[in-house]
Amino acid sequence: MSNLKEMRSGIEEQYKAKLNRPRIVVGLGTCGIAAGGRKVMKAIQDEVANRKLDVDVDFSSCIGMCFAEPVVEIALPGTPSVIYGGVYPDNVNKLIEGHLINKTPVTEMAEIQIAGEAKPYDGIPVMEKSGYYAKQVRSVTSRLGRTNPESIGDYIATGGYAALEKALAMDRQDIINEVKKSGLRGRGGGGFPTGNKWQFVHDAVGDKKYIVCNADEGDPGAFMDRSVLEGDPHAVLEGMMIAGYTIGANEGVIYCRAEYPLAIKRLNLAIEEAEKMGLMGDNILGSGFNFTVRIKAGAGAFVCGEETALLNSIEGQRGMPRVRPPFPAHKGLWQKPTCLNNVETFANIPFIIRNGGEWYAAMGTEKSKGSKVFCITGKINHTGLCEVPMGITLREIVEDIAGGIKDGKKFKAVQSGGPSGGCLPTEKLDLPVDYESLTAAGAIMGSGGLVFMDETTCMVDVAKFFLNFTQLESCGKCTPCREGTKRMLETLIRITEGAGVPEDIPKLERLATNIKASALCALGQTAPNPVLTTLKYFREEYEAHIMDRKCPAGACAALLNYTILADKCVGCGVCVKACPVQAISGEKKTAHVINSSTCIKCGACVPKCKFEAIVKA
Amino acid sequence: MAVCKCTGEQVESPQDVQLNELLDHYRGYAGGLIPVLQGAQEIYGYLPAEVLETISQELKLPFSEVFGVVTFYAQFHLKPRGRNIIRVCLGTACHVLGGSKIFQALKDELGVENGGTTEDLRFTLESVACIGACGLAPCIMINDDTHGRLVTSALKNILEQYK
Repeated sequence: MSNLKEMRSGIEEQYKAKLNRPRIVVGLGTCGIAAGGRKVMKAIQDEVANRKLDVDVDFSSCIGMCFAEPVVEIALPGTPSVIYGGVYPDNVNKLIEGHLINKTPVTEMAEIQIAGEAKPYDGIPVMEKSGYYAKQVRSVTSRLGRTNPESIGDYIATGGYAALEKALAMDRQDIINEVKKSGLRGRGGGGFPTGNKWQFVHDAVGDKKYIVCNADEGDPGAFMDRSVLEGDPHAVLEGMMIAGYTIGANEGVIYCRAEYPLAIKRLNLAIEEAEKMGLMGDNILGSGFNFTVRIKAGAGAFVCGEETALLNSIEGQRGMPRVRPPFPAHKGLWQKPTCLNNVETFANIPFIIRNGGEWYAAMGTEKSKGSKVFCITGKINHTGLCEVPMGITLREIVEDIAGGIKDGKKFKAVQSGGPSGGCLPTEKLDLPVDYESLTAAGAIMGSGGLVFMDETTCMVDVAKFFLNFTQLESCGKCTPCREGTKRMLETLIRITEGAGVPEDIPKLERLATNIKASALCALGQTAPNPVLTTLKYFREEYEAHIMDRKCPAGACAALLNYTILADKCVGCGVCVKACPVQAISGEKKTAHVINSSTCIKCGACVPKCKFEAIVKA
Repeated sequence: MAVCKCTGEQVESPQDVQLNELLDHYRGYAGGLIPVLQGAQEIYGYLPAEVLETISQELKLPFSEVFGVVTFYAQFHLKPRGRNIIRVCLGTACHVLGGSKIFQALKDELGVENGGTTEDLRFTLESVACIGACGLAPCIMINDDTHGRLVTSALKNILEQYK
């Protein structure tokens, strides 16, 4: 089939017909499934069958509201569709009874409504004005949670593959110029201008070129690529095909983490469907352009997210980084010119080609254009996925979108950029989120994970956590990273166990600077960042651990002491039973004591005491 | 190869047949080693030494290279594994929300350490850096199922679902 326009009208009709029927849509991304989405779907299907209701039950992917999972949308034609959160098999009945049968939305379970042209219901926030979405834009994430990711029809009906069709009629240099104009920069963390990268690969001489999509999302706290792959797999494929046409490649590889089975499944399905419709394979849309995509499942090595290590891994070797230059644009996969971008970058391309580079560049700041997807997690009220224009402040993200810190606690720090990034304190909350500002503050944009921490998080412990991670994931090829991160970790362990000495701080700083300057790849060069930023902004915590042998946040077990307040203890003996190591003793009805040498500081006694007599200090 | 109990002859086990099919598919395919290892592990549950030797011979790669790749990636295992693999996420979000308590509770419940397999081969317990379900932290993955927003008291019921 060579004419997408002919196909499109039929597909659009079908899609419209689908939207014009009563629908219940269950969010089935990995997070929705983890929260019990499949059981909810089954319960809805059973209920609909039992009551013989005329309603379609469909599924979608993650709309981004992880905090509300499992999420179910109910849409009746001509009325706003309502998105419900916290739906479980035991309250499905209530939703169906209320919204479908009595046509009255169940306000107390509703998170938001998407009104469109219909008159909004009272008492339910409209999506665009709701706390979570008011400051967001939805471009790359526009289909997430809104369309069925396993249906190519849904994709095409919502403008999918129109960019490919447009690109195939364009001059290759014009496409590159459009991408340059958009100001799009690599969304995997590096922030290299995508248009320039495409230009290099386009200009590189080679009989064969490759497109590689980096879907080895490994930063702890980052899941935007997974969400995009699960929610809009065709957008990634379309972006890769446009890149392939532009730079002259007809083979693409997606290197996807094996820990993302659902993403791999949906990608495979998308490839199959696209091939069936002549949108992938030979002579795409009659243009004479051929392109195929295959998926390579990762084998569990964080360093493979580094582009040259990733290429080695595709070639079947140990995933160790190569010395750059030569850069992959000149010598990449099998030593051929290779255009390597990450998932979010490719997924942005169809939108840029369809709407033009200027449209994209209108969002964001001077040097960081467009929008960025962030994963907001940790001790906040609204965990999930959000897409925001570049330049938004961290304060807007935590206070408006994330709904503030959980349990009314105080914000302490935000960790941006995973193990390569850093922790920023309250003073930096008004920092605009863009590549330059974050780097200047010592953190990095990274792939887009933001982990929020409250006053009970110990920053030395966080630094130790990241060093432990990078040290384990170091591939061992270069000495600064292999040995240096290990020495740094040892020092941090010593400090958190109360055996630190004052010289440890300058030693950590010296090691950090040397590793940054001499490691072979980005993993090593950025590994010291968590230590450097915590030393910069939370130095007093290190000093408290070393000088006073105290953990101010009360998180480092070795530095804690549990004591029983004699004036509050009534001697009931409940804590004695709770203690797993018999460290608590005392006569009945007299104040008890904890033997600090036997105490393992597990804290099991604290919640058991009804008189709040046990305190940690 | 398996040994026939009646005649004592070396015979091809059904798993060997599957391995041969896999090797046929990837012979002469550049970069095929990792997919072959992943497939072989799928077939045998782990990577026995003689399987690695067969792969090395059939793909015409030095045994040292095959072994080097196997030991580099966390996914490959040289020892038998449990029928159900529990991966406890210790990523940043899970870390700050008490992932290590979940890990400790599982270690206690199963009586194994990180990477250990229960004697009845029912469970293998291991930690992972992040499974990307941070919005539901703390979470674990059992086989391909993700379980989120965990509390230690819920673990027993979850384990019951896996025999």
